[in-house]
Amino acid sequence: MFDGFSAELLARFQFAFTVSFHIIFPAFSIGLASYLAVLNALWLRTRNETYLTLFEYWKKIFAVAFGMGVVSGIVMSYQFGTNWSVFSDKAGPVVGPLMAYEVLSAFFLEAGFLGIMLFGRKRVGPGLHMLATGMVAFGTLLSATWILSVNSWMHTPAGFAMNDVGQFVPVDWWAIVFNPSFPYRLVHMVLAAYLTTALVVGAVGGLHLLRDQKNEAASTMFSMAMWMLIVVTPLQIFAGDAHGLNTLEHQPAKVMAMEGHYDSHPDGAPLILFGIPNPEEKRIDYAIEIPKLSSLILKHDLNAPLDGLDTIPDDEEPPVAIVFWSFRIMIGLGLGMLGLGAWALLQRVRGRLYDTPMLHRAALAMGPAGFVAVLAGWITTEVGRQPFTVYGLLRTSDSLAPIAAPAVAASLTAFIVVYFFVFGAGTYYILRLMNKPVPVGAREDLRDEGPIRTAGITPATQIKARKEDGNVRA
Amino acid sequence: MFGLELSFIWAGIIAFAVLVYVVLDGFDLGIGILFPLAKDEGERDVMMNSISPVWDGNETWLVLGGGGLFAVFPLAYAVVMPALYMPITLMLLGLVFRGVAFEYRWRTERWKRLWNIGFFGGSVTAAMCQGIALGALVQGIEVADRAYAGGWWDWFTPFSVLCGIAVTVGYAMLGATWLNMKLEGRIQRQMRGIAWPAGIATVVCMVLVSLWTPFLDEVYFGRWFAWPTALFSGIVPILVALAAAGLFFGLQRHYEKRPFLCAQAMFVLGFIGIGISFYPHIVPPSLTIVEAAAPDESLAFALVGTVILIPMILIYTAYAYWVFRGKIDPAEGYH
Repeated sequence: MFDGFSAELLARFQFAFTVSFHIIFPAFSIGLASYLAVLNALWLRTRNETYLTLFEYWKKIFAVAFGMGVVSGIVMSYQFGTNWSVFSDKAGPVVGPLMAYEVLSAFFLEAGFLGIMLFGRKRVGPGLHMLATGMVAFGTLLSATWILSVNSWMHTPAGFAMNDVGQFVPVDWWAIVFNPSFPYRLVHMVLAAYLTTALVVGAVGGLHLLRDQKNEAASTMFSMAMWMLIVVTPLQIFAGDAHGLNTLEHQPAKVMAMEGHYDSHPDGAPLILFGIPNPEEKRIDYAIEIPKLSSLILKHDLNAPLDGLDTIPDDEEPPVAIVFWSFRIMIGLGLGMLGLGAWALLQRVRGRLYDTPMLHRAALAMGPAGFVAVLAGWITTEVGRQPFTVYGLLRTSDSLAPIAAPAVAASLTAFIVVYFFVFGAGTYYILRLMNKPVPVGAREDLRDEGPIRTAGITPATQIKARKEDGNVRA
Repeated sequence: MFGLELSFIWAGIIAFAVLVYVVLDGFDLGIGILFPLAKDEGERDVMMNSISPVWDGNETWLVLGGGGLFAVFPLAYAVVMPALYMPITLMLLGLVFRGVAFEYRWRTERWKRLWNIGFFGGSVTAAMCQGIALGALVQGIEVADRAYAGGWWDWFTPFSVLCGIAVTVGYAMLGATWLNMKLEGRIQRQMRGIAWPAGIATVVCMVLVSLWTPFLDEVYFGRWFAWPTALFSGIVPILVALAAAGLFFGLQRHYEKRPFLCAQAMFVLGFIGIGISFYPHIVPPSLTIVEAAAPDESLAFALVGTVILIPMILIYTAYAYWVFRGKIDPAEGYH
């Protein structure tokens, strides 16, 4: 299946494949764990049955997603050794303790309290059950913190020295943990996880509103998700911009690839909106550009000079086309999220959040957008780091384990087959859980079957909307 | 200055993590190994529910064992993982199937059988591979220039396969005694019956492995048969015999907790026996604990948090077991 590929390329495929699968689940479970904690707290405070119903509904989905995250995460933790043993030997003294802290402080916390959160409501008091739910949520955030510290250190290494056998040796742990890109990356990732979950919750809420506009649980989750979207998306755009500026400072080659700047621009760089990277000729074909805008965004000065990839040695250039495209996918989806959030806010202000089927349909369509954006963002940052594992210091080709290509090919094939089978089934079960109706009474304000409010809308659209609603139900 | 002490403290912590893993996930995996013996889906439900709330935490000790090795003995990690590439990869794939079965099994009627098989197959594969990996480690790993220097199939020998079988039947013994403690009725009686052959097979395997090990390496031989270390080493088999006697006696008297505790004691003693052979190596015969250790700065940094966090983990893990103590109520579960 993989004849003619080098062991390095196969190991990179394997890592990219397993990490891409893995990241889907934390991206979802970080946000969902917090959501469950909020729902549980709201239930305890208000004793409103809707919150308990929603907690029980999303708990099942969380359990399946968390199970997949755990098993795919265990695979990741061993893959450093099996396929990247030279990296493990050299960078282990720095990144190893951070990963050990992740296991000790976060992974155990999540796994230890998960049982009580899932099975223990009747066995412990409400306070302890709330504590367990909170600990699971806290654990997911703590886990993200350590893992992103490790990942960021590989992008912007700091606080180390080299010893005589070529290992990275820690000198200043504060500088290692809080390396220059860590705060930006952490905020960007956690917000991405919250957005991803908000989009999924919004999609499920939208789906059930399309079937029954009066379903109170569906209304509640849709409303909560849309609030989340309109609050977090602008924050995320701001955080992403700050992260980009940080990347320009520490990993300029990555930004050049993201922006598609093959050439240097001594007097103001244009923003390339679209185009097709042409790696052979080292230019962007069919580029649609806005003059000077790239300099304005990146340097806050229309005429600021901006270096291009022509200032980087060829063997240090990241694969431009992949980074260029994945970056645009992420940005495009981010703008889509902003649009959805703004639309929902507008309808909310008009008092029509729950009876605008077009909006619910749009939310449903945007359900997977968070996952795609997270993956695109990871591809941007990880492929943009190439050809290094530790940026500027340790090359990917020098990080590889002494493993023969057929061995990596065999395990890669096994991972692909097993992952598609196992996680395909899991995704199917999650989708089926999401498709199940939320068992709860109707919203008070719409319970009486009086005349439909017509303020601000024409009867024609109302009829059309109802018709579509009927189609969906059928 | 503290290099020696720190690396040995860490060797102890890693050994402790692996031991806790074996003690906790051993009976978990054992339940997967015994899964096909249940009469019907109802019995399989209670078998699975006896560990559903705690298996996640149990398995995390495996991640700590691997992650800890990476953190404080990166060279050992970098050598062992490629040497055991295939058994480790198979174990991970086994754990993938087994881990998802806990959730998937309840989400489908049509495919329930498939996830039953996945739970069983994944557990057996993981147990076998862990034993094989242990055996391959005991028989020695070839190292040159800070990297694995052996062949692709070096891990696959009669000795490592024997260790794989030993761990599998041992886990089955742990699982059977756990279920004897947690369940009631027909299935409890059946598991008590199965604990007998599983216990006997485990004792036989332990004897075989113990007799074989000293002949793998001169160092091992000296450790077990040279005077005066043999005096201390000799205590271990005697204690194993006592634990085994306690197991069988407890089974005969229909005790519920004692067989489980005695079975666990057999594992702990076996682990100590391996430790006696190993010391002071971390990857025999090539790397000692000191040689493979990360710089002191790494060891000290990781140690500060570890001495605080491991007791906390043990406390809330114990609490979780306390919450779910007693016999399994067949009607309970969140599914």
